[in-house]
Amino acid sequence: MTTAQIERGGVGISRKLMVEAAIVLGIMLFLIFVLPLLMSDFRLNLTGRFLALSIAALGIDLIWGFTGMLSLGHGVFFTLGGYALAMYLKLQIPANASSQLPEFMGLYGVTELPWFWKPFYSFPITALMVVLLPAIVAAILGYLIFRNRIRGVYFSILTQATTIIFFNFFNGQQKLFNGTNGLTDFKTLFGLEVSKPGAQYVFYVLTILFLAATYALSRWLTSGRFGRLLVAIRDDEPRVRFTGYNPTGFKVLVFAISAAFAGLAGALFTLQTGIISPNSMNIAFSIEMVIWVAVGGRATLVGAILGTLVVNFAKSNLSEKFPDIWLFFQGALFLLVVLFLPNGIVGWLRDRGLDTFQNLTGKRKRSMTYPSLEEDPEVDYERKNTGD
Amino acid sequence: MLPSILDGIFNGLSIGSILLMAALGLAIVFGLMGVINMAHGELMMLGAYTTYVVQNLFKPLGIFSQTYIFFALIMAFIVAALAGLILERGVIRYLYGRPLETLLATWGVSLMLQQFVRSVNWVLIAGLAIFCLLYFGGMWFVKKRPDFDVIRQKAIALLLPLSAAVAVAVGVFLSQTFKSAVTQPWFGAQNVDVTAPKWLQGGLPIGNYQLPYTRMFIMVLTALCVAGIYFFLNKTAWGLRIRSVTQNRNMSACLGIPTNKVDALTFALGSGLAGIAGCAVSLLGSVGPNTGQNYIVNTFMVVVVGGVGKLVGTIAGAMVIGLIDYILGAGILALLFAQIPPVAEFFTFFATTSMAKVMVFLLIVIFLQYKPAGLFPQKGRTVDA
Repeated sequence: MTTAQIERGGVGISRKLMVEAAIVLGIMLFLIFVLPLLMSDFRLNLTGRFLALSIAALGIDLIWGFTGMLSLGHGVFFTLGGYALAMYLKLQIPANASSQLPEFMGLYGVTELPWFWKPFYSFPITALMVVLLPAIVAAILGYLIFRNRIRGVYFSILTQATTIIFFNFFNGQQKLFNGTNGLTDFKTLFGLEVSKPGAQYVFYVLTILFLAATYALSRWLTSGRFGRLLVAIRDDEPRVRFTGYNPTGFKVLVFAISAAFAGLAGALFTLQTGIISPNSMNIAFSIEMVIWVAVGGRATLVGAILGTLVVNFAKSNLSEKFPDIWLFFQGALFLLVVLFLPNGIVGWLRDRGLDTFQNLTGKRKRSMTYPSLEEDPEVDYERKNTGD
Repeated sequence: MLPSILDGIFNGLSIGSILLMAALGLAIVFGLMGVINMAHGELMMLGAYTTYVVQNLFKPLGIFSQTYIFFALIMAFIVAALAGLILERGVIRYLYGRPLETLLATWGVSLMLQQFVRSVNWVLIAGLAIFCLLYFGGMWFVKKRPDFDVIRQKAIALLLPLSAAVAVAVGVFLSQTFKSAVTQPWFGAQNVDVTAPKWLQGGLPIGNYQLPYTRMFIMVLTALCVAGIYFFLNKTAWGLRIRSVTQNRNMSACLGIPTNKVDALTFALGSGLAGIAGCAVSLLGSVGPNTGQNYIVNTFMVVVVGGVGKLVGTIAGAMVIGLIDYILGAGILALLFAQIPPVAEFFTFFATTSMAKVMVFLLIVIFLQYKPAGLFPQKGRTVDA
């Protein structure tokens, strides 16, 4: 047994990890092999999209749930990842085509490929850019903000302003990115026709694999010393500083990682929807990402994924049935979660679900010195009002 | 050359004064409670819609109808302030000390307000009124009982679904009996138009250029609002209380200042200012459910640049952002540097409304490297200041 194992409680913990890994593997196998038999292609594609979104939610959970930084600008990183992959897809032009440029460029009279499109001929570079581009943007922005100890609400509204800025930029550059319409109408990827169900199933499986990988990475990041430091930054940043750490580097790093997750999610989402446009950089989408995490449960990685799936399936069902008043539901969701369910579904299950269940089944709560104090409202009332 | 600079300054100040009016309420509330109200833009929108309603009510009054704008200003203030008061008492006061959650909750409120103006009709109003009457009336009765604490949970569990059911039933009944007379939305999803009164149309000619009266009116209105707020904060008893709670909440509470009331009052005041800003905005163009969204990010930036220590920070922040925004967007700098091609090219690239915003944001981020807490930071000795 190594020292690290002893520190973490020995063999018991590693067995727990094995069990968790087995559960994750089981869910993955179910999603990959069983679910496609139960669902129509359309629903399966929808599930794939939501699973892609939950990668972004994991990123939000890392910075908000664990580090306490509320980013309202993750739509930007999501879209950057999406655009990076979309540019590669747009450059898959058959050799015999009349123009070797993406077709929208012809409309705006562009005759030569802009320089920054050129690296996207190569797939390895594209794959790298999908995660690196958002991470670099986030790192620069994060460094400029965190080094001045700007945090809390200020950080949130600065990231929100970032979405507007990027939205304006991508919207205004018709020649470079096709403006409002975004990049769409993808043809092939590795000779596979992107819109065919077969290819879509491949992307679905790919999404699940990436989700598992990002989950494992987040799990690893948050369980060790690094994770404890993140939580410390969330709970009392000045104290972390007084203890001799410089939180700036850690915050920049975790912000960049979370942006990379969002970029990956954006790329997978783009593959499955077949379009990426500046619209995914509007303010609303970025805040929605946060509410997925809030519904599922902050600082619980499972909660981020669960919340994304729950909210998005509810959204796609409800907004189909009640398109007029969907916003009422959404607004109410924000209010209710924040006011009554601050720890989300998973947090509630963990903290109170067990007690509530025991109450319902008539069993008493365990481990209490004076159970009647907490359970009998009249005793409680007397304690409060007859003291002095 | 000179006219274009004058034009730049006038328009820049005019944009700045709208920003200022919108940001004024936000800055006061943020300074006091550390809360960013994402629904601030929607409170502006409520003010704008109030202006529209008042204008329509005044239409049959003939020549007198041209004065509607003054009544609209007052009504916009009252409506937005009431909405703000409900928001503070109903939601925000439960979230003090949790600014990020407040951000999310107020975003939820802003979504609901947007949908509200889209779908508001008599049925909705009647249903809401009945629900509030039954639920809060019922709770008022229950509260009088001595064993309120004991039965509170049960009372809520009983009253909430009951009053909701009654409200829905009445709503359904109304819409089936009176049909489209009551189910017709008041405003709908389309934008509505507010026409400026006749005496505000046109402009003051200077050379071959015209200063529109509406914009001058807005600038004067802004100046009046700022003066009024300055007077209120510095010369009245409640202003003193607000300033003291802003400086140190715990100490003020210890000295007997009712911080709850101060919070509610300030929030209502800030929201009322948003209402007036909405009224002003309605003079400039048509008003829609999304009107508020166009302003919030800019007003947040004003607060970030200005800092929350002093009112003058907000004024300076708004004016600077307005000026830079317009001067860049209109390409005036590109004209000025026409002799130096690379510089001119650089400014031409940013010479559209949307690209100017990109540049302004970059400048703000650079500015924050030197003044992280804005122009006039809150002075204090805590590490968190």
